[in-house]
Amino acid sequence: MSNRLEIKLWLAHRLTGMALGLFVIIHLITIMIVIQGGLSAAEIMERTSSNFIVAIFYGLFVVAAAVHSAIGLRTVAQEVLKWNGTCLNVVILTFFSFLCVVGMAAIIGLVL
Amino acid sequence: MKRNHDKKEYWASFVQRWSGVVLALFLPAHFLILSLALQGAEVLDSFLHWTDLPMVKFAEAGLVGLLAVHFMGGIRILVIEFFRWAEWQGHLITIAGCSAVACGSLFLLRAF
Repeated sequence: MSNRLEIKLWLAHRLTGMALGLFVIIHLITIMIVIQGGLSAAEIMERTSSNFIVAIFYGLFVVAAAVHSAIGLRTVAQEVLKWNGTCLNVVILTFFSFLCVVGMAAIIGLVL
Repeated sequence: MKRNHDKKEYWASFVQRWSGVVLALFLPAHFLILSLALQGAEVLDSFLHWTDLPMVKFAEAGLVGLLAVHFMGGIRILVIEFFRWAEWQGHLITIAGCSAVACGSLFLLRAF
């Protein structure tokens, strides 16, 4: 694998990590606030329905988490399993695409 | 290599790596469950009732703790790589561990 690609992936992992830092703080605070009394679909959808700020926030969160986790899993597969090459990249790209599609489906379901 | 196992930094890297793997593998399930909202609030609710089980609440607290430790561990890595403040490592590792326990405990206090 070319060094240029590895550097780009390293940079993407760090940049998405920085963005996720901000998203995770907000997500953790939200979890702590809403978890009291248990969760219900009506309660969640009351906050998210037609709220496009929530849609934009979680849209960015999903993409950043998909990029960050896919690159992280690729690194672990390379270093721990000694797995390299095109096959690994295809698996990771499939994982990334799946996360993006399911994550966006969740946002559409909760906001629209 | 064996001597490294006595070092705090070794265990910080170990926890950072494997907490990341667990969180990455949890993401598809998390998104899939939330995307049930596409089929209506009742369908999502039928799954959310399951989260009232004490065992599930403990598992969720574990995930919140892993998210907190991965977040704080990520800040440690960024500080080392971008600012070269390696002498802060020990303190940052301690803060990461304490944050994870604090967030997991706070989640449990709120959830029950």
